[in-house]
Amino acid sequence: MLKKDLGLLVLIIVVGAVVAIINPRFLSSINIANTANLVGLFGIFAIGQGFVIITGGIELSVGSIIALLGVIFIDLIANQGVPWPLAVLVVLGIGVVMGLVHGWLITKMRLQPFVVTLCGLLIYRGVARFYTADATAGFPFGVSFPTLEWITTGRTDIVSVLTGGALHTIAIPHSFMIMLVIAVAMWVVLHRSVFGRYLYAVGKNEEAARYSGIRTTRVIVAAYVICTTLSALAAIFFAMYTRSILPSGHGNFYELYAIAAAVLGGFSLRGGEGSIVGVVLGAILLQVLQNLVNLLGIPSSLNFAVMGSVILIGVVADQQFARRRQMRQHARSTATAPGAAVPVAGSSTPTPR
Amino acid sequence: MQSLPMTASATATAASSGPAEPFLRLSGIRKAYPGVVALADFSMEVRPGEVIGIVGENGAGKSTLMKILGGVIAPDRGTIEIDGVAHDKLSVAGSFKAGIAFVHQELNLFDNLDVAANVFLGREPRKYGFLQLVDSERLSADVQPLLDRLGAGFEPTTPVSRLSLAQQQMVEIAKALSFRSRLVILDEPTSSLPLTETGKLLEVIRSLKAQGIAVIFISHRLAEVEQVCDRVIVLRDGHLVGTLERDEIDHDTMVRLMIGRDLRAAYAAPGQARGRVVLAARGVCSSAFPAGGVDLEVHAGEILGLAGLVGSGRTEFARVVFGIDPPVAGEMLLDGEPIRCPCSADAVSRGIFLVPEDRKIAGLLLDMTVAENVSLPNLRAFASNGLVSREAERRQAERSRAELGIRAPTVTTRTSALSGGNQQKVVLAKWLAMSPRIIVLDEPTRGIDVGAKAEIYKLMRGLADAGVAVLMISSDMEEVIGVSDRIAVMHQGRISGILEREQFAEENVLLLAVGRGLA
Repeated sequence: MLKKDLGLLVLIIVVGAVVAIINPRFLSSINIANTANLVGLFGIFAIGQGFVIITGGIELSVGSIIALLGVIFIDLIANQGVPWPLAVLVVLGIGVVMGLVHGWLITKMRLQPFVVTLCGLLIYRGVARFYTADATAGFPFGVSFPTLEWITTGRTDIVSVLTGGALHTIAIPHSFMIMLVIAVAMWVVLHRSVFGRYLYAVGKNEEAARYSGIRTTRVIVAAYVICTTLSALAAIFFAMYTRSILPSGHGNFYELYAIAAAVLGGFSLRGGEGSIVGVVLGAILLQVLQNLVNLLGIPSSLNFAVMGSVILIGVVADQQFARRRQMRQHARSTATAPGAAVPVAGSSTPTPR
Repeated sequence: MQSLPMTASATATAASSGPAEPFLRLSGIRKAYPGVVALADFSMEVRPGEVIGIVGENGAGKSTLMKILGGVIAPDRGTIEIDGVAHDKLSVAGSFKAGIAFVHQELNLFDNLDVAANVFLGREPRKYGFLQLVDSERLSADVQPLLDRLGAGFEPTTPVSRLSLAQQQMVEIAKALSFRSRLVILDEPTSSLPLTETGKLLEVIRSLKAQGIAVIFISHRLAEVEQVCDRVIVLRDGHLVGTLERDEIDHDTMVRLMIGRDLRAAYAAPGQARGRVVLAARGVCSSAFPAGGVDLEVHAGEILGLAGLVGSGRTEFARVVFGIDPPVAGEMLLDGEPIRCPCSADAVSRGIFLVPEDRKIAGLLLDMTVAENVSLPNLRAFASNGLVSREAERRQAERSRAELGIRAPTVTTRTSALSGGNQQKVVLAKWLAMSPRIIVLDEPTRGIDVGAKAEIYKLMRGLADAGVAVLMISSDMEEVIGVSDRIAVMHQGRISGILEREQFAEENVLLLAVGRGLA
């Protein structure tokens, strides 16, 4: 775990403690479960966003993807009679294709990620509204999918299951558990696999990566595919969570939540920096903040303002710490080896990961 | 600036007009850092119109000296006397006021602006009172005489992006002149210049001298130092090991002083007879020279030098060979088989490797460690089931470190912390850890000190002796002639001639480089 991640964790605990003292309801099992559910939902696509940001790109169409694929999914299972497992595959498949298209436009057509995904944001939102003729997509009365609902919106008290009901703790929402599973898998991919190393290499310096014989195009396309596919998965969870989707508003600004979570988690928008632990902690902090606004009786209209301020403060503080660290390092290295051919141990920083 | 002599006829006379009084005098300068004495008891004098060369390996104390002159750091001991007034240190402003100007290796120009705007950036003449519009006419009129003094062949209104590197350096020097500098310090000005351009820059130095401006010329290219300097100061490990006056300046003497031994040994002896053709290019042309076409055969066991002016299409050819850019036309044969490398990964998988020109941008990931850089081209070999084994990576990096003599505290040091020579060795280590069939090295020793150069030559020779085909692109004439077994010369995207060892001569290379036949 990076120092940065640790700092973020401490911040979350401090904020949580303060809120808990002011309003003990923060620690009630119902509130914890609700917050965990939201962390799960937002965390799933925030992790995807992290992959794109590591390459130095950005994916702005996440919110629109969640709206479009949400209405498609509901339509498929509720109105078209498609069996839900098939519908899940179809939606995930569309997610993959979207990522391939974005990646292709960015690498082969050399368009800027911001432009490509901004167009995606507009196009998918427009298509979503057209798809339902601007009406709300929802389930007809009496239609239900018990298994799907259990998987997506159910809660399980793991301790209780393991002990055969002898002990009880909080029932954890499945969305949160699935997010954790994805996080662990993606942690291995990003921090331990060959592909993950390539991602960092491409994000830090695409030119040098190319000169090392890395197929940079594939790496970048794969990052967008991961992002849009996880967004597609999140779209299903959100659809089942809200159960009705107003295509003009559903998922609005979600891409910004994801970017905010990544930035809070120590990702650099220039690419090449960030960790899975960081983005997950970022997603947690964002939800805790939202929760704080509700619990402390702050007018909910201030929601975004609170979020923005905390991110700003966090980024400024991080910048200051980094600068101080750099100055210390600089002082140490110039103090010991002025222009000497051999650098000194003080300037060596193994990449902690 | 009117106070300075400006006539061209002064060129011949200024140098011989007797020793003027020094306006800058350093005496007994010492600067130590914990564990290292960067500069010990250093003294020098600078007179108007003098060209002083400062040579020494990296780490010899040149940068420390420059930082003291620039007022960036203060010496521990010693005095700096300017116009007879002694200071124990200079401030940045003080250095500027004393008329000391720096032209750094990395130019600080805005290539989206024109020449005049760059020279007077932040000091533009204004007009129309409070509107504060830039008075472009006056700006150009003010810059023109500066350019005339340098004999620059471009206009104040020329965009900097259209200038060659040497011309850009002239802009920097014009900027120095506009501040009425008395001493211009050129830090490695020629290391990235092609041959013809270098001549132009040396011309500029001579004209500065003629105008009574002192020049400190720092360079690894000793031939140029020999040509242009009145006096050469040699530094080694922070000590002044020799001051050579005009008639004592001589290549071998400088090298001996710099490294304390002879350099001839640096150029490893030519290898055995060359073997079969490994890579053959037939009419290969890059998009930079669609009308060109490179026909070239690189043999196993040889070092083929690829000379030519910068911009003759050598780097572009290397990029095509390595699959970075697609060829516009032509074909390539590897061991007689036609190949296509639409992507650098294809080239790598066939054993075609490239050490690129710019190690900081293309050669290395500076933020990553030595081990991570070394393993990158062949990462799958250090992984099982797609997961990278840091242990295997570390072991390989340790092996490379020992084999190539990479001086780094540990293999988990970031490559940004290494010196240029050691960075270049890491780039080489990336490829040597795999088995190359042909390795292309684009300016492999640029900006590297003499000691590290010798080690890199030895590595190249070792590769050739092991049967690898080595193609070395170089703009350093000494190096091309000293290291190559054959020299191919490029001109405007074509091979204008190939020289065998008995034809090696600077003249021949130059003639071919400018597109003329051999005499």
